[in-house]
Amino acid sequence: MATRSISLLVNGRRYEREVEARLTLADLLRHELALTGTHVGCEHGVCGACTVLIDGRTARSCLTFAVQVDGCEVTTVEGLAPAEGELNVLQQAFQDHHGLQCGFCTPGMLMTLTELLRDNPDPTESEVRDVLTGNLCRCTGYAGIVAAALEAARRLRVQQGS
Amino acid sequence: MGAKQFGARVARMEDPALLSGRGRFVDDIKFPGMLHACFVRSPHAHARIGGIDASAARALPGVHAVLTADDLPAPMDLNRMPMLVPNPAIAASLTQHCLARDEVCYVGQAVAVVLADSRYIAEDAIALVEVEYDVLPAVSDYRSADKPDAPRAHLTLDDNVASKFRMAYGDADAAFASAPHVFTEHIWQHRGGGMALEARAVVANPDATGGLLTVWSATQTPHICRRMLADLLDRDLESIRVIAPDVGGGFGPKAIFYAEEAVIPATALKLRRPVKWTEDRREHFMCATQERDQLWTVSIAVDDGGKILGVRGTLLHDTGAFVPWGIIMPYIAAATMPGPYVIPNYALDIKVVLTNKVATTPVRGAGRPQAVFAMERLMDRVARELKLDAAEVRFRNFIQPQQMPYAVGLTFRDGKPLVYDSGDYPKAQNEALRMIDYAAFKQRKAVAREQGRFIGIGIGNYVEGTGLGPYEGVTVRVLPNGKVAVATGATNQGQGTRTTLGQIVADRVGCRFEEIVMTVGDTAAIPQGVGAFASRQAVNAGSSAMIASEVVRTQVIKLAAQTLGVPESDIDVEDGIAVARSGNRPSLTFRELARLAQGMPGFSLPPGQTPGLEHTAYFTPPQASYCSGTHLVEVEVDPMTGAVKILNYAVAHDSGTIINPMIVDGQIQGGVAHGIGNALLEWMRYDENAQPLTTTFADYLIPMATDVPTCKIVHVESPSPLNPLGVKGAGEGGTIPAAAAIVAAAEDALSEFGVHFAETPLVPERIIDALRAVDAYARLSEIA
Ligand code: FES
Ligand code: FES
Repeated sequence: MATRSISLLVNGRRYEREVEARLTLADLLRHELALTGTHVGCEHGVCGACTVLIDGRTARSCLTFAVQVDGCEVTTVEGLAPAEGELNVLQQAFQDHHGLQCGFCTPGMLMTLTELLRDNPDPTESEVRDVLTGNLCRCTGYAGIVAAALEAARRLRVQQGS
Repeated sequence: MGAKQFGARVARMEDPALLSGRGRFVDDIKFPGMLHACFVRSPHAHARIGGIDASAARALPGVHAVLTADDLPAPMDLNRMPMLVPNPAIAASLTQHCLARDEVCYVGQAVAVVLADSRYIAEDAIALVEVEYDVLPAVSDYRSADKPDAPRAHLTLDDNVASKFRMAYGDADAAFASAPHVFTEHIWQHRGGGMALEARAVVANPDATGGLLTVWSATQTPHICRRMLADLLDRDLESIRVIAPDVGGGFGPKAIFYAEEAVIPATALKLRRPVKWTEDRREHFMCATQERDQLWTVSIAVDDGGKILGVRGTLLHDTGAFVPWGIIMPYIAAATMPGPYVIPNYALDIKVVLTNKVATTPVRGAGRPQAVFAMERLMDRVARELKLDAAEVRFRNFIQPQQMPYAVGLTFRDGKPLVYDSGDYPKAQNEALRMIDYAAFKQRKAVAREQGRFIGIGIGNYVEGTGLGPYEGVTVRVLPNGKVAVATGATNQGQGTRTTLGQIVADRVGCRFEEIVMTVGDTAAIPQGVGAFASRQAVNAGSSAMIASEVVRTQVIKLAAQTLGVPESDIDVEDGIAVARSGNRPSLTFRELARLAQGMPGFSLPPGQTPGLEHTAYFTPPQASYCSGTHLVEVEVDPMTGAVKILNYAVAHDSGTIINPMIVDGQIQGGVAHGIGNALLEWMRYDENAQPLTTTFADYLIPMATDVPTCKIVHVESPSPLNPLGVKGAGEGGTIPAAAAIVAAAEDALSEFGVHFAETPLVPERIIDALRAVDAYARLSEIA
């Protein structure tokens, strides 16, 4: 199987790897780089559990080949917290509002909402729900996730204002 | 000391790791030298297996082995898998082989397994395995499966009837013969799968030196998994450890023991290497158990005032190719149908048929949603025919709180008479009606109609047997570092098991919640265990946690009193410190006490002292505890697209005493979402050859964030007298009456056209068909 060498930045850290052309980004992250926070729920681009940021934009890592991110900057759930043992504002809001049960969809949810809150600091509930249609959650019925997103937006606005 | 954690919205101890990507799910586990497995699966619903030629697959670089049934160790090479819940009413007691031997009976049944250096190579290799199939006629339509000319689902069968039984009390036929009104409904109900977002996964690691086989499985029931493995591998129980680490949702299908859970450990033993198998979503659609179809023909007999005289009917259940969990779904359905109503006479005849589809086993609700749907459709029918209000008909028939405990007259699945322990059904319905202002609905509907909008309202009432035995154990132990270790056979797939048990222990032992070290889902942590199903863990494990904690607290008090030289009545225990109330309040920390309790090498323990501060309790409930509630739903139907939008959703829920309202609300909200899926979206389709047609999340729809409103929830707390905490289960109540309420609301929205719905899922095309059938579009264009 033909391989190619790639170089990418993941959560601020540089990785150089020799990869098969068919290796997905999800598998690269999970199984080659030991970043198992990114989850795979369907491998066909619907559930959104595998969502990561590539150069700041959300993408399905199950539908992206590792070779496609050569030279890119990737952010995963492991890159969200300000420091080990801490939670960022959005993560903390998830805990406060019971935005997760099994936690399998959670990394994808967090990445999708990270992009939303960056681009739209004051979203309405229906904007939050709209953007979340790309991420399935079987456990929560979404109420806690939506509440957490709105609360995180509020807290971030207060932080920014001060 | 008052309860501090119990009953509070305590933030979950599970969350920080899961939120920062530090969860540990089965597929996250990796060992040096680990091989990856992929299964060769039958593409046919029914076929005889001729030869299997794996030479090309074996020759592929990176492939280590291709194994078929004969390569498996005894006795799992020849034996079928054990049945989990046998029942004398099962005629064809069929379970599958771990790898198919000479016959495959559903699409996806495992025939061989490939082991390779990577999953990519293993997937390449399965395409190279040549299996010779002699295709046989398949049973796809369960409605004709019992006909004499139907093909047989298995070569060995005389017919496809797996079971036939009757659940009854009173004299339904006599009641019907003299009843002034009798109404009949023909109902088709489909429920899909659990569809946990994490599919199944197994890692097995044999330890060459110690002879210990460790298995990680995304299961709800690790202790059951261990027992099954011991049987199928013919090994001592003690030489197998099964761990359910973080599990990404369960919902029932992960409660059963699967062939893959046996085959992966067997291959690991054979190749003396760690082996991993992670199911992909397509496999999950084909091979993980689901609930699928039931056909109900049910009648209700009522007097002129709408009071129920009797209910009777038939239930036909498509069980698929095998019956791994027996027939409990139709059994539970039959026992659930009477619900919160006084039904003097009842008879339901149940027939369970085999088809060539994957087996059915419980999915969140386990037959109860279908029973509630059937019963509530009958109640709505009575209301419509007798021109009574839908809520009023129900009020007239409720079992009253002063009738508790109430014996229904049936035997529940726990083998005990079906006796409701507590509950206040009229109160729950009143609460629900109040929450979305039922009294004003007619007016809201009229206003909406003026605007050209069609809104409707629907009610769903239910009673649910929860907290089933046999037991669940909890060990509480004060560690030498002063922390409190808690171990249980209970498991966690997102329910917050650690948190709720931790709340109980913190209060009852007298330690800080943060100082609790919790082990769940590990057979090494506690010898006996059962696991998560039937909303049973709060009752079973919760009660055991309370009992074990109180014993440990007594041990702490005794040792502290003895050491400090004060009477036991003088000791307070709080935040992990035992303090004497008198004198200058001398105290001992848990750390100090745990060390004292270990004793000194060579010295006898003081009389009466047991080694360590530790106790294990196994609470066994005397019978099920019955949770109940009312769902009230307001929907809008767009007659042009057939879309049903949920505007308002209220839940009055009685699961007894509540340990953590945040977690219970989350269970209800999540359960409702599942119910919305069942009511409107989820449909696992097969063609006439029993080929599955919906094997992606693009074909099989589960609810999205825009499909599920945030529910209004109130708790009606009728404590259960059957366990020391007064709790009942809460995991399934959100799902059970949802479809009944939603479909009733959709029908009500279109009431002016007189359309009637008696099916789930109620998909848009069915709504359009129903409107077409009554010529509604001609009338709609007149209005427009
Ligand atoms: S795993 Fe990528 S979208 Fe589901
Ligand atoms: S929390 Fe389990 S899938 Fe979302």
